Amino acid sequence: MTVLLEARGVTKHFGGVQALKEVSLTIRQGEIYGLIGPNGAGKTTFFNVLTGLYPRDGGEISFGGETLRLASPHEVAKAGIARTFQNIRLFANMTARENVMVGRHVRTRAGVVGAVFRDRRTRDEEAALRRRADELLRYVGIEHRADDVARHLAYGDQRRLEIARALATDPKLLALDEPAAGMNATETASLKSLIEGLRADGLTVLLIEHDVRLVMGLCDRVAVLDYGEKIAEDVPISVQRNPKVIEAYLGGSA
Amino acid sequence: MTAKHRSWLGMALIGTALALAPIVVGASLGNAWVRVLDFAALYIMLALGLNIVVGFAGLLDLGYIAFYAVGAYLYALLASPHFGIHWPVWAVLPLGALVAGIFGVLLGAPTLRLRGDYLAIVTLGFGEIIRIFLNNLNTPVNITNGPKGIARIDAISLFGQPLSKSVDFLGITFSGVMLYYYLFVVLALGIVFVGIRLQDSRIGRAWVAIREDEVAAKACGINTRNVKLLAFAMGATFGGVSGGLFAGFQEFVSPESFGLMESIMVLCMVVLGGMGHIPGVILGGLMLTVLPEAFRHGAGPMQQAVFGKVLLDPEALRMLLFGLALIAVMLYRPAGLWPEPRHRRELAK
Repeated sequence: MTVLLEARGVTKHFGGVQALKEVSLTIRQGEIYGLIGPNGAGKTTFFNVLTGLYPRDGGEISFGGETLRLASPHEVAKAGIARTFQNIRLFANMTARENVMVGRHVRTRAGVVGAVFRDRRTRDEEAALRRRADELLRYVGIEHRADDVARHLAYGDQRRLEIARALATDPKLLALDEPAAGMNATETASLKSLIEGLRADGLTVLLIEHDVRLVMGLCDRVAVLDYGEKIAEDVPISVQRNPKVIEAYLGGSA
Repeated sequence: MTAKHRSWLGMALIGTALALAPIVVGASLGNAWVRVLDFAALYIMLALGLNIVVGFAGLLDLGYIAFYAVGAYLYALLASPHFGIHWPVWAVLPLGALVAGIFGVLLGAPTLRLRGDYLAIVTLGFGEIIRIFLNNLNTPVNITNGPKGIARIDAISLFGQPLSKSVDFLGITFSGVMLYYYLFVVLALGIVFVGIRLQDSRIGRAWVAIREDEVAAKACGINTRNVKLLAFAMGATFGGVSGGLFAGFQEFVSPESFGLMESIMVLCMVVLGGMGHIPGVILGGLMLTVLPEAFRHGAGPMQQAVFGKVLLDPEALRMLLFGLALIAVMLYRPAGLWPEPRHRRELAK
C-alpha cells in the first residue's frame, strides 16, 4: 500500500512543556488511522501541527510524496489535508450550504472583479460550487437543512456539516478530531457508517477518538500517544493487548 | 406579478423617489435640506465602506475616517490653487480611491493578528496619526497647509459644467446642491451595487467566515491575511471616493473634519442600521444624518410653541437624545434597526 502521510520526529513544545516528542507515524492510502491516548497526550496538538495551525519545532512531514514545509493552514488545505475540530467550529451565522461553499474556497478562484461583474466564468464557478455543496450535504445526510443557519442544526448534524465542509476542500486526507464526542449511541453508529462510506469512496481518514469501541471497530491501524510520545502503532487488536497502552490508560503500577 | 416584475417595479419606484427627492425637498424645505441629503449620500457611502470591514469581515475599525481624509486631501491637493494643480475629477477620484486603498492595506498589514478591542485601539491610533499628520504637515514644507486647511478647492465639474452652479432644465432650476445630490446618489448606488455583489460571492463569504471563526476559516483554506487585507482595501477605497467628493463639494478641507468623533459616527450608522446588512446600513446612514438636522432645526421652534420659550439648548438636547436613542437601540434591537433577515429569523424563534 502506498504511504500517504509520513511524519518523522515531529516535535512541539509550549514553553517548558514538551507536547510532542519525536512523534513518527505513517498513514497509508485509503486506511482509517486512529490516534488515541489519554487526555493531554498530544493528539490535538499533533492535529494542529499537521494542519499548520501551530508551527512545529522539529521533524518532517511528507504528504503524498512531497515534503510539507512549515506551511500555513490554507496551504495545508490546498495540499489536500482537511480537518474538523474537537469543539465544533462552524460559521455559526451562515447557512449550512454557505458553510460548505466556504470549504470550497481553496478550490475556486473568483476575485473581486469577478464578484462585481459576474462574468461567465464566475457565474459558472458559483453554480458549480452550489451544486457541489448540495451534493456534499446530501452525502452526509443533511440536505434538508441546507438553508438553515448552522447554529440551529442539531448537534449531530453540526458534526456532519463540519465533515461536509472539510470534504468540500477535496482532501486526500480527512482528519477528524473526536467526531463522536457528545454523541449518543445512535448518532455514533450512523457516524461510523458515514466514515466507513468515506473509506469506501477512497478517502484516507485520520481519526482522534475517545470512544474506544468506535476506534476498534473502525480503524485499520491505531497509534497511541502518551505524554507526547508514540507508545504503540499497530492493528487495533494488538494495540488493545499492548501492556504499555494498558498502563497508559489504567495508570502504571509503579 | 412575478417576483422579478415586483423587484423591477420596486427599483423603478425607488429610482423615481430618489430622482424627485431633491426637487420636492428643495421646493418645500429649501436648499439647506437638499444639502443635508447630499451629506446623507456621502455618509451612506462611508458607512457602506466601513460595513465591509466591520459588518462583513468583523474587523472593528475605529480609524475609518482616515481614508475619508486621504481621499479628501488628495482631491484638495490635486485640484486647488494650493499647489496650482487643477486635475479633473475623473482623474482625481479614482486616484483617491486607489491611494486610500493602499492606505487601507498599510493599516491592515500590521494589525492582521489583532481582533476586537485590540484592533479597535490600533485603528483608532491610525486614524489619529493621519489627522495629526494633516494638522502638522505645513512645516518645513507646506503640504497640507496645517490646521488652516485647504480652501478654494475646485468644485467638481462634469462635462464642463461645474456642479456648484445652477442649471435650468425642463423649466426647473437645479441648484448646485441638487446637482451634487444626483452625482452622489449615482455613486452611492454604484457602491451599493458593488457591496451587494461582493456580499454574495466567494470573497464575501470568506469575509463572513473570518468574522464567524478565523481558525476554521484558515482550516478551510482561506488565506486570511490576503482576504482581510482585501476587506481593509475595499472599505478604504469607498472611503477615499467619498472623501474626494466631500472635498469637491465643500471646496474646503481641514483636519477638523476627520476627528475620532467622525469615525464613531460612521460606526454608529453601521451598528445602528444593522451590521453586515446593506439596506440596514443605508437606513442607519440616512437616519443619523437627517434626524439630528431635523432636530437642530425643529427643537427650538417646537419648545417655543409648547412652552412659550426655549428651555433647553437644541444642540445639547440633540446630543442627549442621540445618546439615549443609541442606548435604546442597543438594548432593544442589538442586531440593529434593520438587521439581516437571518438574524431576525433567529430572534423570532
